[in-house]
Amino acid sequence: MTLRRDHGRTWVWAVIAVVPVAFLVIFFVWPVAALVARGFFDASGFSLVGVSEVMVAPRTWRIVGQTLAQAAVATVLAVLLGIPGAYVLYRTRFPGRTALRALVAVPFVLPSVVVGVAFRSLLTESGPLGFLGLGESFAAVVAALVFFNYSVVVRTVGVLWSRLDRRVSEAARSLGASRVRVWWTVTLPALAPAIASASALTFLFCASAFAVVLILGGSGWGTIETEIWYQTTQLLDLPAAAALSVLQLVVVAAALVAADLTRSRQERALTLAGSPVDHRLRRGDAPAAVVTAVVVVGLLLTPMLTLVWRSLQTAGGIGLGNYALLAVGDGRPSVWEATANSLVTAVVATAIALTLGVMVSYLLSRRPRSVAGRRLLRWADAAFMLPLGISAVTVGFGFLITLNRPPFDLRSSWALIPIAQAIVALPLVVRSLLPTLRAINPRLQEAAASLGAAPARVVATIDVPLAWRGFGLAAGFAFATSLGEFGATTFLARPDRPTLPVEIFRLISRPGAENLGMALAAAVVLAALTAAVMAVAEYLGPKEATSW
Amino acid sequence: MKKTMSMIAALVALTATAVAMSGCTAAPAPTTSASAPTQSTKLTVVTHDSFNLDKKTIAAFKAQTGYEVTFVAPGDAGTVVNQLVLTKDSPLGDVVYGIDNTFAARAIDAGVLSPYTSPALPASAKAFTADVADQLTPVDYGDVCINADTTWFAAKKLAVPQTLDDLLKPEYKGLLVVASPATSSPGLAFLMATIAAKGEAGYLDYWTALKSNGVKVVKGWTEAYTVEFSGSSGKGARPLVLSYSSSPAFEPKTENLNQTCFRQVEYAGVIAGAQNEVGARAFIDFMLSHDVQAQIPEQMYMYPVDSSVTLPADWAKKAAKVDAPFSLPSAQINANRDKWIKAWTAAVVG
Repeated sequence: MTLRRDHGRTWVWAVIAVVPVAFLVIFFVWPVAALVARGFFDASGFSLVGVSEVMVAPRTWRIVGQTLAQAAVATVLAVLLGIPGAYVLYRTRFPGRTALRALVAVPFVLPSVVVGVAFRSLLTESGPLGFLGLGESFAAVVAALVFFNYSVVVRTVGVLWSRLDRRVSEAARSLGASRVRVWWTVTLPALAPAIASASALTFLFCASAFAVVLILGGSGWGTIETEIWYQTTQLLDLPAAAALSVLQLVVVAAALVAADLTRSRQERALTLAGSPVDHRLRRGDAPAAVVTAVVVVGLLLTPMLTLVWRSLQTAGGIGLGNYALLAVGDGRPSVWEATANSLVTAVVATAIALTLGVMVSYLLSRRPRSVAGRRLLRWADAAFMLPLGISAVTVGFGFLITLNRPPFDLRSSWALIPIAQAIVALPLVVRSLLPTLRAINPRLQEAAASLGAAPARVVATIDVPLAWRGFGLAAGFAFATSLGEFGATTFLARPDRPTLPVEIFRLISRPGAENLGMALAAAVVLAALTAAVMAVAEYLGPKEATSW
Repeated sequence: MKKTMSMIAALVALTATAVAMSGCTAAPAPTTSASAPTQSTKLTVVTHDSFNLDKKTIAAFKAQTGYEVTFVAPGDAGTVVNQLVLTKDSPLGDVVYGIDNTFAARAIDAGVLSPYTSPALPASAKAFTADVADQLTPVDYGDVCINADTTWFAAKKLAVPQTLDDLLKPEYKGLLVVASPATSSPGLAFLMATIAAKGEAGYLDYWTALKSNGVKVVKGWTEAYTVEFSGSSGKGARPLVLSYSSSPAFEPKTENLNQTCFRQVEYAGVIAGAQNEVGARAFIDFMLSHDVQAQIPEQMYMYPVDSSVTLPADWAKKAAKVDAPFSLPSAQINANRDKWIKAWTAAVVG
């Protein structure tokens, strides 16, 4: 690398770094910091009284304990069940695989209110699974969290797995290693970065879960997230909310550090195959296939089918009556109009999230020579994950007191909706792109450069083709996340221009069989749209990847 | 590479600056001048998330006033009031609709409203202004009550309970599901009903007895009504549910227990520091117009404050107004809400 070239690239790096960081500072760090800061000031100025009172309350620590327990158990289960799923769906080949991959992704973006109601209908005393006695329990919350996050593990791990060069494990096998030994010494270490990523993501989602916890946890169960919501929206006790936000930040940071340690210990340049490696499903795959089938049918399909079944129940018997009503606005935007709003918002949010996500991932995939540089990148990596673990309530209320004057007077602007959704989707985009980008052997880039390829050409011929598969996935996740986002959108949505999840929530909060039926039908529409989006992302992905 | 790193360091510094900036966001408080009201071509209306009116009616309001109207609906009544308090220095909008009597005192005490007495306020609405003086204008009201699944009681040949005390009787053990006062506004209203009925000294005893009689507490109205209640399409297991006096208009095989109700009144008000006070006042008058008042039952499931408006036929039959609901002064609610909920949580949830 010559000095001249280094200078020429500085401004490119500047743009790549400044744009996403500025975005995150304005639309995330500043609002959150402003709201938390309010909790540290009372009438007489800076004060720790309110915050410290909450910090020493036994109730606070019970809530922290419940949050950690719920997130830890759900994460471990999701990973244990997700790894066989990743293998079956990404490493083996069977008819209907694409459809199944899309299906698995659906729960992730279903509105949590609807999922809560679906699980409750199943588990309540009079429901089909009422005999399990799980109506309101820790187990019910954990089951719902695994339902949501199974696909995060399956996809994050699966995408990397599908590209692991088979020759390494074949070599080990031919040298006499047993399948178990190959798994422990070759495959698992190679997958570790993706597993660490997926665990961190899942943990953050589970620790910050909101509606599901309220609906399935029963009235005695609370997490940091539900407590922040309660203290902020119902009591406006900002010192209490600030104390809880600080605790939430600590939990999230600890999870990110743990994931980072695992990743950096395990990460190495992998030999990636140019196109996905898979084989026909064979007898040896039976255990993984059985586990996956049980999870897909028992945990994923049952609640979803409950939803479909209930959406078909009308006053006049089984039929499509509820779906016919989706076109009827009755003076206000119909569900189809809300769907159109959601699609438009999702396109904008995806564009923002992908643009920023590509910049961030590219930046984070670099390998600076200095120790300080590497440390900085690791901090930056964690910082871009924070939006997943921080309460949507804190962000939403933070917007109110920061984005309230020019040039950022956006509080009642529609633009804030896709922006907020892009912030939530950004970590997923980065997580989808990074493992593949990081795993690109740097020697390929160096070889290309030493053969005279300009930096842009290196990117175009090495990085882009190899990362393309991750790109399709990232776009799919971003779009689906935006379609299903509820927490932040609910503070920003406009009654005359609702998004689909907000409209579902509105319908499900009103009396009458017709409103409930429409809410469930609309939820089925949302699920179908999501499945379609993920199927397209799946379809676009692999074919473009060229071998080199 | 070194350059890159120093640049990232600069960005970190930028972040720190932004954080520091956030500490000094306090702007000079807007002063509500006694002079002419402010006016602008834009009007921002802040509402609770149940706000709903016919598009044509809203279009007519826009055409009539010429304003570019933006609606924002950030959440339930509590969320709306707390956001207004939080944004006092740079108001969220010009006019607010959806503050109820459980949160009115908080908004008034925090000084987030400007006085306005609407000439459109009907005589029948005067009864609802005691708590709020000239700060808020009553628009509609409703009653949170226990509903019963009449088919279930008929099949069991059991009389439908009538009063709060009836709910403690052994024959109704394990039949009631309510929403938690900590997470739901009807849940809070029902807690208020028990406080109004039993007094601050007696309500916890009542709840302890209710708990021994098998009351089920769930997160919100949706879970109670659509999942646990036997009289809705969810076909749950419990024939008694906390809902609204208007719900039987939508579920014909249910009825309302008129002696278990708590009155909720919803208000509109001009936000202090509004850019368009003239428009805000026009919107309040619009909410009291015959056209809007007549839509309120079907669109927002509440009763209009204008008693000259005829209720829809289903309502007249199944969701008649409740004569003597329980109620509490807004100031008392505001002063004790947190304390009551905490005491309730300790007694019922444990």
